Amino acid sequence: MTTCLIVDDSRVVRKVARRILEDLNFACREAEDGVFACKACEEEMPDMILLDWNMPNMSGIEFLEALRKMPGGDTPKVVFCTTENDMNYIQRAIQAGANEYIMKPFDNEIIVSKLTQIGLIDY
Amino acid sequence: MRLPVFDIYAEILKNKSGLSITSDKSYLLESRLAPIAKAWDFASVEAMGTDLQFSSNHKLIEEIVDAMTTNETFFFRDTKPFDIFKNVVMPYMAQAREAQRQLKIWSAAASSGQEPYSLAMILKDAGTPWSGWNLDFLATDISASILEQAKLGRYSQFEVQRGLPIQMLMNHFKQDGDRWNLNDDIKNMIRFDAFNLLDNPSKFGVFDVIFCRNVLIYFDAETKTQVFKKLANQLAPDGFLFLGGAETVLGLTDEFKPYPNQRGLYVRADSVHLKNA
Ligand SMILES: C[S@@+](CC[C@H](N)C(=O)[O-])C[C@H]1O[C@@H](n2cnc3c(N)ncnc32)[C@H](O)[C@@H]1O
Repeated sequence: MTTCLIVDDSRVVRKVARRILEDLNFACREAEDGVFACKACEEEMPDMILLDWNMPNMSGIEFLEALRKMPGGDTPKVVFCTTENDMNYIQRAIQAGANEYIMKPFDNEIIVSKLTQIGLIDY
Repeated sequence: MRLPVFDIYAEILKNKSGLSITSDKSYLLESRLAPIAKAWDFASVEAMGTDLQFSSNHKLIEEIVDAMTTNETFFFRDTKPFDIFKNVVMPYMAQAREAQRQLKIWSAAASSGQEPYSLAMILKDAGTPWSGWNLDFLATDISASILEQAKLGRYSQFEVQRGLPIQMLMNHFKQDGDRWNLNDDIKNMIRFDAFNLLDNPSKFGVFDVIFCRNVLIYFDAETKTQVFKKLANQLAPDGFLFLGGAETVLGLTDEFKPYPNQRGLYVRADSVHLKNA
């Protein structure tokens, strides 16, 4: 089963994302900010990370930069999922090593489409 | 709605666009045509239908056809056909058309442009194989209004997230508030023109690749067969035809055969591709 870490400070968003991803047969864990996400990744690297941008303690982009320096941290596919929809943010995310970028609001079609693009689900 | 009135609409739709509707879709006629009936000062959809029996108001009929056709589309729809275009069709054509350096592509039910633009981005990103080539890319649809949208190349945030890889968004679009505008170099690769698939396409010449996806599903068998015949006449002997995921040639025509092991890809029955396989 493909494993996934959902990182978002909103419980509601985590719940919605979890439901969509579990329907796609992903095994999900959750983290409510970058610090918790780091810990989760040290315990076990997921195959995919769905990542919010604005969070307390450690933002999504700070987490991503830290992740890519961790041992094994280059393997997870990272998909940003954020209300930030400015091209500058998108560019920064991709430069930092994100694989895809979702602008909120999202729905399951967008998630499926993005995960297909990065090869995590088959067409 | 009374059956005779339903039949009037069904006949208009079939004759004008090929769209085939059955009487269980009566509610759909009602709901989609109600705003048009109102705008044209008819008491009801039924009254408009009765009136249409005796008049042929082209503008009104165009609006009716427009309202009843489905325009849903997205970038890189189903992913796979676009991979096949890139990995099977392009390498073949790069060699086979090396002498003429001309490639003719037709997107025959282009809707708001996502399909032809996806192909244009693939061609653009492939870069060098096509430098110095004459890429002749035609995109048509029956609906003049949807083509106006296509020409604008202006999409909502939702539209650019369905199917479009983020790198392509970064490379080929400019943000304008909550809209995303396709860059001119991609837009300029494509020529848009209104065309009804029931008409004779011979004026367009012969194509190397035809995309005719997710439109034949709305036609009845007889109409599909007719359209396949026309498409076969416009496809080079070694050309490629792409159909939608729910569409097939089986039982409808002998003009085309599936290309082995590539879903949605078809070639002419006399094609070299089948002899080599
Ligand atoms: C569902 S869209 C498909 C768009 C795109 N090919 C895709 O696969 O995503 C169908 C399109 O076919 C067009 N269409 C319907 N009847 C047609 C006809 N007789 N001739 C040309 N286009 C037609 C509609 O206007 C609509 O834009």
